[in-house]
Amino acid sequence: MNALIPLYVVIPLASAFIMAILGRLIKNIGKVVVVVELLFLTCLTLFFMLKSQGTLVYRVGGFPDVGDIPIAIYMVMDGLSKLLLLIISAVGFLTALYSVSYTREYTAERKFYILFSLMIAGMNGIVISGDIFNIYVFLEIAAISSYILVAFGVEKHQLEASFKYQVLGCLASLLILLAIGFIYWGTGTLNIADISRQLPYSAPFVKFVSLLFLVGFGLKAAIFPFHAWLPDAHSSAPSPISAMLSGVLIKAIGLYVIFRLFFSMFALNADIAMTIIVLGTLSMIIGGLMAIGQWDMKRLLAYSSISQMGYVVMGVGIGMLILVRNGSQTIAAFAIFGALLHLLNHSVFKSLLFLNAGAVEYRTGIRDMRKLGGLSEKMPITSKTSLIASMSISGIPPFNGFFSKLIIILAAVQAQFYWLAFIAVAVSIITISYFLKFQKYIFYNKPGEYDHQIKEAPLPMSIAMMILALLCIMLSLMVIPSLRDQFIFPAVNVLIKNLQYSAAVLG
Amino acid sequence: MIPFILCLILFLIGLYGIITQKNLIKIIIGLAIMEYSVNLFLIMIGYVDGGTAPIFAEKFHIGSYVDPLPQAMILTAIVIGLATTALLLAMAIRLYRKYGTFDIRKINSLKG
Amino acid sequence: MKGMTIIVRKVTQFIAPIIFLFGIYIVFYGHLTPGGGFAGGVIMASAFILQILANGEILDKLRKEESGLEFLESGAILGFIIIAGFGLILSSSFVFFSNFINKGVIGKLLSAGMIPLENIIVGTEVCAAITTIFIALVVYKDEVAL
Repeated sequence: MNALIPLYVVIPLASAFIMAILGRLIKNIGKVVVVVELLFLTCLTLFFMLKSQGTLVYRVGGFPDVGDIPIAIYMVMDGLSKLLLLIISAVGFLTALYSVSYTREYTAERKFYILFSLMIAGMNGIVISGDIFNIYVFLEIAAISSYILVAFGVEKHQLEASFKYQVLGCLASLLILLAIGFIYWGTGTLNIADISRQLPYSAPFVKFVSLLFLVGFGLKAAIFPFHAWLPDAHSSAPSPISAMLSGVLIKAIGLYVIFRLFFSMFALNADIAMTIIVLGTLSMIIGGLMAIGQWDMKRLLAYSSISQMGYVVMGVGIGMLILVRNGSQTIAAFAIFGALLHLLNHSVFKSLLFLNAGAVEYRTGIRDMRKLGGLSEKMPITSKTSLIASMSISGIPPFNGFFSKLIIILAAVQAQFYWLAFIAVAVSIITISYFLKFQKYIFYNKPGEYDHQIKEAPLPMSIAMMILALLCIMLSLMVIPSLRDQFIFPAVNVLIKNLQYSAAVLG
Repeated sequence: MIPFILCLILFLIGLYGIITQKNLIKIIIGLAIMEYSVNLFLIMIGYVDGGTAPIFAEKFHIGSYVDPLPQAMILTAIVIGLATTALLLAMAIRLYRKYGTFDIRKINSLKG
Repeated sequence: MKGMTIIVRKVTQFIAPIIFLFGIYIVFYGHLTPGGGFAGGVIMASAFILQILANGEILDKLRKEESGLEFLESGAILGFIIIAGFGLILSSSFVFFSNFINKGVIGKLLSAGMIPLENIIVGTEVCAAITTIFIALVVYKDEVAL
């Protein structure tokens, strides 16, 4: 079973280059290959989640340990990795299905699928890698593919958004490489489990390195002071790429690595926990307030992404602070469970919202909300799935967003952070207000100035949107104890029992 | 101690270039200078006093080599830097064709 | 793009094969001396770039979409993955990337298992990639699909 772990990286990488060679001979091979490989990876992830518990470790090259020192390249798959692999594969499969008919208007269709496959390979590599330099290499593969995909249809605003994204992304990567250099200087090893055993925790340079990692990965995850690239990049990209970027990439590149490093590698620190809580709360407020005044539908959704990521960061920060102060472990587990459930839910309904906006733009060609209206009769499937997604993100029962937000607020109240609970409820009310605006102006107003003969979105796009809406309803069953223990609690346990990571990997 | 301070000065020169310059090409050159300074810092970490190049010969003795692991890391980082710079330059050429200028104060069609 | 004078063109005709041969030497001895796949690949690419810069008229043949370079590059990476996959099948413990070819005497040219093969593949790939970057940035002056 361990030998199947490298398949997550090898299959997308090999199929990208097979598509490059065979693409000139066989037409449309890219679409078939990408959809089939992502379906296979989703089934493989479900098999891993249901059949095996605990941490799986794989050594590339098979070199045995020398004495006590690990010298091989490790690939580690534990509960948190399995949750993120499920998100990447499932959302990737549905987005690839959607883009089968969306990319018909581009002249370089082959290259789209090659880059998409490379991006999936990079994200999978980050999630299953066991040492920090491998994380850097796969991070660059995924990031460079996403820079090109944002500027795919070469118009003015897409190139400008991609240039801004690239400069800030390159700056973030340099800070991360500098921090990796400092860690190698201090401990002499690059393996995450080995570093957590050997790091001199009381040295002042550990705080400096933690700060460098927080700034570098915060730039990749678009947390509050580092969010300047996100509205431009996510609103100018083609719609399936916006869904992948906002729904999967900022989680796999930014948030997953922050959780892995600050829980399993560094010792828990009260200052870092307070910083994370403050940054998360500010992201929630600023993202929500700036989304109210937007008239471009995709820019509104991009600002709302910043706001919802603030919820996740705040939830995990509360858990970290409780663990540092040696408080009750059940309350910390409760807060982290709410945050990870919100991570899973957000990727589903945010990608559904971006795919809906893409379907509207594909048929009408307009992105300004003031010029649209009355689409609920002409595009029934798009309008109903968009209504389901908006109700989920605002936190209306019985959809999935309600449960995850409720758990975060209850955990904040139980841990006696009453101000944070109040801010979370207020931001939820702001979210309802701008999604009401989104629904009213696009679907329920009087019809605007566009061609009135438009039809529903093409069949692959409709099927992808309907499956995502179905997932929105079904994921609200995740609070039932038997399902929750199978899928999400292994991830929560990795973060709570954080000292057991090095024992599980190195034995 | 002195080489590390010089590395920091090079890093700050690159950062100054990114923040204050208004020509696209000068911003890209600033990023390249920052990259060189981080590579230089990583190589200096592995230095052992009086060491020789880490090539395996007949009369070898472990303590006399400089550390080869940062050298492998730097090769990878140089390749990644090459790819990033090439992509930035291609974007700059396309931007020049669309907007007609390299000045970032005039390339602002996205607002809000 | 105009070419250069006839003196430059004749000297390039002598020198470019020697540069290419030097690049191949660095790739082949990559497991014994410094260099290896990446550095040798860049030197091999510089021989091609020197030819393009010296003779301007070759460029008329490069106007259409250059497909040979794309095949070479993708084929090289696939070769890398296939050799790594052979390690999975032929080694004794089902491990990816294991060094399964006979590891000869240290210090001779034919030693160290599959590392010289991987060096050759990486050298080819880097040469194709850098030549593609040069052609894409310099030669394609009109609107070509991304």
